[in-house]
Amino acid sequence: MSYALELENLNKSYKAGSRALDDVSLKVEAGDFFALLGPNGAGKSTLISILSSLVQKDSGCVKIFGHDIDSDFAAAKRCLGIVPQEFNFNTFEKVRDIVINQAGFYGIRAARAAERADYLIEQLGLWPKRNEVSRYLSGGMKRRLMIARALVHKPKLLVLDEPTAGVDIELRRSLWQFVEQINAEGTSIILTTHYLEEAEALCRNVAIIDAGRIVKQSDMRSLLAGLQRESFVLDLSREPELASLPSYCDAKILEGVRLELSLAKGQALNELVLELDRQGCKVLSMRNKSNRLEELFVNLVGAGVEHV
Amino acid sequence: MFNANMVALQTIVRKEWRRFTRIWLQTLLPPAVTMALYFLIFGALIGARIGEIAGFSYMAFVIPGLIMMSVINNSYSNVASSFFSAKYNKSIEELLVSSTPNWVIVLGWVLGGALRGLCVAVIVSMVALFFAQLPWHQPLLMVLVVILAAVLFALAGLINAIFASSFDDVSVVPTFVLTPLTYLGGVFYSIDMLPGFWRDLSLFNPVLYLVNAFRYAILGVSDVNIVHALLGMLLAIVVLAGFALYMMAHSKRLRH
Repeated sequence: MSYALELENLNKSYKAGSRALDDVSLKVEAGDFFALLGPNGAGKSTLISILSSLVQKDSGCVKIFGHDIDSDFAAAKRCLGIVPQEFNFNTFEKVRDIVINQAGFYGIRAARAAERADYLIEQLGLWPKRNEVSRYLSGGMKRRLMIARALVHKPKLLVLDEPTAGVDIELRRSLWQFVEQINAEGTSIILTTHYLEEAEALCRNVAIIDAGRIVKQSDMRSLLAGLQRESFVLDLSREPELASLPSYCDAKILEGVRLELSLAKGQALNELVLELDRQGCKVLSMRNKSNRLEELFVNLVGAGVEHV
Repeated sequence: MFNANMVALQTIVRKEWRRFTRIWLQTLLPPAVTMALYFLIFGALIGARIGEIAGFSYMAFVIPGLIMMSVINNSYSNVASSFFSAKYNKSIEELLVSSTPNWVIVLGWVLGGALRGLCVAVIVSMVALFFAQLPWHQPLLMVLVVILAAVLFALAGLINAIFASSFDDVSVVPTFVLTPLTYLGGVFYSIDMLPGFWRDLSLFNPVLYLVNAFRYAILGVSDVNIVHALLGMLLAIVVLAGFALYMMAHSKRLRH
């Protein structure tokens, strides 16, 4: 088995005394589309910053495609592309220059760098803006510029740290398509995101990190299969009497004629629908309340979590 | 690997070259204007009343020091401001996350700064030609000294930028350290003109050695031993380069 990323007993504490990573061990298979989830302050950014050498680990081992980041620095780095959460390019430079220079930092000669930069700029829909100074780009374009920059040296592992934060739905979907395409072409991807439906839709495997520790690592399918409850929202023609509804579902009224239900996975809904019908409530529409991963996440890292 | 590092080095230097030539109104023109004013006021107007120093007109005497002053200021401030800006807007991370080794990052930035210092040296020297005839005593030594000075102060600027946490920190050293050292480093006078204590104290000023080595290369006169000056510069470069490399690898101001 070849691994895109191997972390062994990774530890990091900051001067203030907070332990950001506590003996983290993790393996991501080559070719995987992997989600790294956790609440704010869980250690995701510290972990990614250690991969990118912006944070120095206290102890532990990091290998990227088998290359140790300490003893085989250049080879490890050539396998890795990182799209950070915050914009970190020179806003006075032109789009094309930023991508070409990044290729140069990886030792790619000017002609080849220009060719590769033009290809990525076009692929990511930045071609009309290629000669614009980067500070004039919209937020979504800046995000795409960072993806182009991270891919210019053809990394085998791409780490996307919340790539769709603050990005509109249309652009988010186009970015999803793009990263799915490069994953299909063989690039391993690690994704952190606030949008759990994004992880559920894109990723095959997932690790959940909380308080600096990996609390769960699994493939997405079996993780979701382990869920015991599901939630639905029903739009009704009139407000129902909650006390008469079947006891197997926890129900509450949302905004008058909207009913939220939580019930055991696999539970038949016939009895509920019959009772609503008896009360004269027509079921006008029905949908899942939220993505299932969110429920699982809250179960794993605590009900108090507001952000992922 | 070596080729990849050379491409990375070339990229950093080219980036810096493009930056300071793009904003030439802020980087290359001001030293030419400032030095022309120095030549005019201190050399032509006041200098005419001062008479000769070490067998040369006052104008000829101050020109090497003023050129060196421009080289020092521009090499230093180029790296200090450019590197700190990259740190401030986080674009330095582009380099830090890449496969570029630390020695290439240090060398690239220092060469970029030294390049600006050398460009300014050429420009100011050309301006000087309008004001005085110079003997150009040892041209090769002159090139060597100006390169060593540019590299030395580019390194110092880099270290300042790594330590700096605000733009104020970047301007403090040039204002309160470099300028006094330069003005008291024999640019405008020979230390032989100073009373004993002040003359001896001046010998602790590193800029004195740069100015006099450069003056010797151009005019053939110096207040200090040239070999000592060159060795001192080399030693300072080695020490600062080692320190800059250490900071690049371990400074919490770059990597937490």
